[in-house]
Amino acid sequence: MPVPALALAIVAVAFFALPLVGLIWRAPWSNAWTYLTADTALVALRLSMVTSLCATALSIVFGVPLAWLLARVDFPGRGAVRALCLLSMVLPPVVGGVALFFALGRRGLVGQYLDQWFGITLPFTTAGVVVAQTFVAMPFLVITVEAALRQLDPRLEDASRTLGASRWYTFRRVTLPAIRPALTAGAVLAWARALGEFGATITFAGNFPGTTQTMPLAVYLSLETNPEEAIVLALLMIAISFTVLVGLRDRWFGAVGRPVQVAA
Amino acid sequence: MAISVVALLGVSCGSDDAPPVGDATLTVFAAASLTAAFTELGDAFTAENPDAEITFNFAGSSDLVAQITEGAPVDVFASADLANMAELIDAGLAADDPAVFATNLAEIIVETGNPTGITVVADLADGDLVVVQCAPEVPCSSYAEQIFANAGVEVTPASFEENVKAVVTKVVLGEADAGIVYRTDVIAAGADADGVTIGDDLNVVAEYPIVSIADGSNPAGARAFIEFVLSPAGREILAAFGFGSP
Repeated sequence: MPVPALALAIVAVAFFALPLVGLIWRAPWSNAWTYLTADTALVALRLSMVTSLCATALSIVFGVPLAWLLARVDFPGRGAVRALCLLSMVLPPVVGGVALFFALGRRGLVGQYLDQWFGITLPFTTAGVVVAQTFVAMPFLVITVEAALRQLDPRLEDASRTLGASRWYTFRRVTLPAIRPALTAGAVLAWARALGEFGATITFAGNFPGTTQTMPLAVYLSLETNPEEAIVLALLMIAISFTVLVGLRDRWFGAVGRPVQVAA
Repeated sequence: MAISVVALLGVSCGSDDAPPVGDATLTVFAAASLTAAFTELGDAFTAENPDAEITFNFAGSSDLVAQITEGAPVDVFASADLANMAELIDAGLAADDPAVFATNLAEIIVETGNPTGITVVADLADGDLVVVQCAPEVPCSSYAEQIFANAGVEVTPASFEENVKAVVTKVVLGEADAGIVYRTDVIAAGADADGVTIGDDLNVVAEYPIVSIADGSNPAGARAFIEFVLSPAGREILAAFGFGSP
C-alpha cells in the first residue's frame, strides 16, 4: 500500500480508537462493578435490549415486504416513495421524534383518534420507545435488503416457479436463502441503530426509569450527576456493540450485494 | 450538548487574548428558564456596548455545570439554584463569589383553558393525570420535590425531562397534562398555556446566582455583563419577564 494512503488510513483508525481509549482511560475501574450492577444500569439495559429487539423484529416484518415492493414492483413515483421511506436515515433523530409527536402524539394527526377511540397513547410508554426506534432503524434494513433483491438473478425464482413451486414456497426456499446475508446484515444494522437511538426516544417517548429510560438516555442523564457511572454504562454499550460486530465478521458485510450466479 | 460545545469552541476560538469589553466575544451559560430574559439582556448590553458580542448557551443548570467541568470555554454562568452553583464553586471553577441577581416562583403549568381542572398541588397526585417533571439534578426538579413534600403528596411523573423548557413543551403540545415550572415560564408561554398558582405556604423561592468563570477568555467583559445584570436597568428587564428581585 502506498505510504501516504497508509498514513491516512492509520489516522482514520486512530480517530476511531481515540475516543474508546479515552473512555477506558477515564473509567473508574474500582467502582465499575458497583455501577454495572446498580438498578439504573440493569433496568436500562434490559429495557434497551427488549425494545431494540422488538424494533428489529418489526423492521423485518414490515421492511422485507417494503424492500420487495421497492425492488421488484415498478410503479409511478417509486423513487419518491423510496426517498420517503429512507428519509429518517438522514433526518436528525430529534426531528424524527418531533414529527412522531405530531403524528402519533395525544393531539397528533392519527394519535388523537388512537387516544379517543381506543385509549391508546404512545408517548411515555415502552411501545412509544419501540415506535421511535423502528422509525429510525427500519430504513437500514430496507436499503440492505432492497439492494440484495435487485442483484438477485430473477431467473432463479423463475425456474422455481416454472417447476411448479408456489410463490410462498419460492420466497421461502429460493429468495430468502439467497438474500440471507443481506437480511442478517440489515437486521444487525437496524438493531444497532435501534439500540443507540436517543433523540427520537427522549423527545417522543420521554424518560422514565424502567418504562422509557433506555441505555443512551441513562448515560446522558448520569453524565450530569455522576460522570463515572456514565463512563461505565457507555463502556458497557460499546462492549455489547463491539461483540456483535466482531461476531458478524467480514462474511456478512462482504456478502451484501454479491450477485448469485446461475449455472448456465 | 456536544453540538453546542463545539459551536461555542468555534465561536470563542476567534478571540486571542483578553481585550477590553469593547471588542470581545462573551460566552454566557445560563439556565433554560432564563432564555427569554437573558436574550433581551444581551440585546440591551450590546446596545450599550456596540462592539461587544455575546453568545448564549441555555440548558438545564446541571447540564451546564457538567459542560463547564469538562472544560467548555465560558465567561459567565447563571444558575437556577444555589446547589448547582455550589458544585461549580467546589470544583474551583468560579473566579469570585456568586451574586444572587433574581428570584423566581414555581407554578403549575397546564394546557390552555385548564381542561383537567387542576386547582391545587394535591391534584397532581391523581394517577390519571400525565405529569412531567425535570430530571433529578435539574433545579426545577428539586423545587418540585420540595413542593410535593410541603403538600404531603407523592407524584409519579410520566417522564423526567432534561430541562424546564422541555416540560413546558410537553404541556404546550398537549402530551402532558401538567408540570411544575417557573412562573416566568408560564408567562413566556403566553397564550399557549395556563398557570395554576401554588399557595405561598407550599411554594419555594428559587434563587438565581451568577458568577464569572475562572480562566475565561474575557474576564473584563464578564464583570461588565454581571454588573449590567445587577444594575437597575438589568433588574427592570428581568422584572418585565416575571422575575423577582433578590
